[in-house]
Amino acid sequence: MTVLNPPIVPRKIYGLIWVVLLLLLLLNWGLAQLNLGPFNLVATLAIAFIQMMLMLLYLMHVRYNTPLTWVFVAAGFIWLVVMINLSLSDYLTRGAVAGRFGKSWIHETSVPPPVYLPKP
Amino acid sequence: MANSHEAVAEQFDDMPQQIEASTLGMWTFLATEILFFGALFLAYIVYRHTYAQAFALAGRHTLILYGTINTALLLTSSFTMSLAIHSAQEGKNKPLLGFLLLTIFLGCGFLLVKGLEYHEDVHEHLFPGAHFTRELPAPGQIFWVLYWVMTGVHSIHLAAGIGLLAVIVWMAWRRRFSSYYHNPVLISGLYWHFVDVIWVWLYALLYLINRH
Repeated sequence: MTVLNPPIVPRKIYGLIWVVLLLLLLLNWGLAQLNLGPFNLVATLAIAFIQMMLMLLYLMHVRYNTPLTWVFVAAGFIWLVVMINLSLSDYLTRGAVAGRFGKSWIHETSVPPPVYLPKP
Repeated sequence: MANSHEAVAEQFDDMPQQIEASTLGMWTFLATEILFFGALFLAYIVYRHTYAQAFALAGRHTLILYGTINTALLLTSSFTMSLAIHSAQEGKNKPLLGFLLLTIFLGCGFLLVKGLEYHEDVHEHLFPGAHFTRELPAPGQIFWVLYWVMTGVHSIHLAAGIGLLAVIVWMAWRRRFSSYYHNPVLISGLYWHFVDVIWVWLYALLYLINRH
């Protein structure tokens, strides 16, 4: 009767995860103060991803769950990837289609984004 | 205190099966939440791609100090929520109550800081509409629409989480949980951590990546 699902995670692990999450927050904030060009974007998203995985695996106990639960957890994220992937394959290729096939309805209906510069 | 006969609903064989079933149910709900927030993230990606310069300018106006404090508050509240779950699993009612109240307190702290930040945002004319600041190009309003909608919806989720934890506090007060039965604490914890995960991404997208 004492079989527990999920098992009791030691407080030490929760404490460690908390410290690591706060250090990653500090790192993320610090990197945002520096101008690293395109690396800013990569670093910020990578740190957010690591933070999310730590929370999912340890705080939300996904690591200790059954394989069936893993399928349910993965399902939400897989559909998210499908949604973003299919939508971006539309938005990011509109210009490319018009350029390749000459004048098309896409070319006529899509308005190029105006270029905005900071006012002097 | 609920005994084992009452704690396991009749459709389940035993407690582990009941916990797995409710965990699956919660993750099914969280999958719909992933897609709910996912649509907003998608809108953000598309418009950031289309109006890269306007987003870069508009994103610099978010108040990074408030955002960073709030992220630290939420990460800490996730820690106290985990300790509440730990206490529930060990059947210690007093620490459970304490950590739940601490989690609620940190959640309220988040909403308070968010309120101060909103106040300052409005003061700086960063609410989209007729009085939107003239320092930013027009599509900068799209960034700020997404800012208000995403953080607003997130705050509503957090307020719902505080309400949820208040119910759990009430149940713990009535000594409804034991080392054997503490399913509602586990499930509420999943929701609380999920709202925290969403905030980590909001912090990255709204406060950090448009700084340069």
